[in-house]
Amino acid sequence: MSAITHHVPDAILAAYAAGSLPQAFAVAVASHVSLCAHCRAALEAHQAVGGVILEDTKAVAVSASLKDSILAQLDAPFTPEPVYERNGIFPGPVMEMMQGRAPRWKKLGMGVRQDILSADAHGSVRLLYIPPGQAVPDHSHNGLEMTLVLQGSFSDETGRFGVGDLEIADETVEHTPVADPGAACVCLAATDAKLRFNALVPRLLQPLFRI
Amino acid sequence: MLQLQAGWDLKSDPLLRRPRKQDMLTQTIDRQNLANSEKVMPRRESEPVSQVKTEYSNETIWMLAVRDNRDRDAFAALFDHFAPRLKGFIIKGGVSPQQAEEIVQDVMLTIWRKADMFDPHRAQVSAWIYQIARNRRIDIARKENRPMPEALKEEPELEPDASQILGLEQETTQLKQALASLKPEQREVIEKAYLGELTHQEISTQTGLPLGTIKSRIRLGLQRLRHELKDLTQ
Repeated sequence: MSAITHHVPDAILAAYAAGSLPQAFAVAVASHVSLCAHCRAALEAHQAVGGVILEDTKAVAVSASLKDSILAQLDAPFTPEPVYERNGIFPGPVMEMMQGRAPRWKKLGMGVRQDILSADAHGSVRLLYIPPGQAVPDHSHNGLEMTLVLQGSFSDETGRFGVGDLEIADETVEHTPVADPGAACVCLAATDAKLRFNALVPRLLQPLFRI
Repeated sequence: MLQLQAGWDLKSDPLLRRPRKQDMLTQTIDRQNLANSEKVMPRRESEPVSQVKTEYSNETIWMLAVRDNRDRDAFAALFDHFAPRLKGFIIKGGVSPQQAEEIVQDVMLTIWRKADMFDPHRAQVSAWIYQIARNRRIDIARKENRPMPEALKEEPELEPDASQILGLEQETTQLKQALASLKPEQREVIEKAYLGELTHQEISTQTGLPLGTIKSRIRLGLQRLRHELKDLTQ
């Protein structure tokens, strides 16, 4: 765990704490924080700022009946929300996305596989499986992309990314991640826009694979 | 006053030994006892009492009474303190007063039901409630659950560490002072950011200046939190 070297930038942690981060990125940040004590501490510091602001907020009187109504409900039965625990390489927030199931890999060619966990107009979250030495097709980004390594590692023009490392790339970054030798690289990739591949064939395949 | 320094090692500091569990149990739930006791803060015998801060905040005492004893009076006190602030906070975030009360109700019930998740070593009551309020707001707005980090699993025999709890309270007070010293326009941007009204791009461009002002305070808190977390996760 101490080997994590690529962390969540402060502004993104603050946005996550405040709940203004798009859902796809929130999954990536919550997953990274699950693996990273450094960012958990930073997140809790941001929550402390939020708490101070809450404390200092001008009080607005609540209706007279609210307190009694709440006190009367304290003993009411309730169903706790399911808690998804870490399973192997997959942190709790990823298990929650998969609702406890195992990944359903779909082949993308050249040994690369993916499992799309969610995809809509606001972005997508997917798992990628990249065999050692294999490149993820070179792509540039329409928006922001976060890639969290869950197993193995990859390297690209910006550095090496091991388990727990989070790479954040925007449209200014054109990079070619290649899985390092050893175990296959498994990543969580979150984006707020559809990816645009540079190589011709992947671009034709893009609508087919929804990436 | 206890000085909190960067890199200060809680565990190896001979000044700070953990209090006996018996002391903690009575002191965390009994304000009367707490108010005139120095035993909460473990200290060297020769150290003057006046140098040691001995009291948890009311909010912490209430929250621990709710967590450990399911104390309804303490919960009512938490309600009186937080419900009107929560309502103001939620309305500021652009919610109608009617819906704000529904969210206040949800948040207060969550405080009662998830009280066992509250850990005063790592979070002030206000920070913990802030986080619950943000979750409820998002769950309602997006109709999907906000992804949350895994809960840390603590050692079952871990005893409360009063110095850590008080240290965190002290740092939060300093953070509060740092925020109060901001210019009104800076303060407004910070508020907007933590109310969830700014995107991460806006936070990184707009709040650079005021974030810088409070950064040293956050960093102090970080040192301490990081230390605590290391113990929990290794």
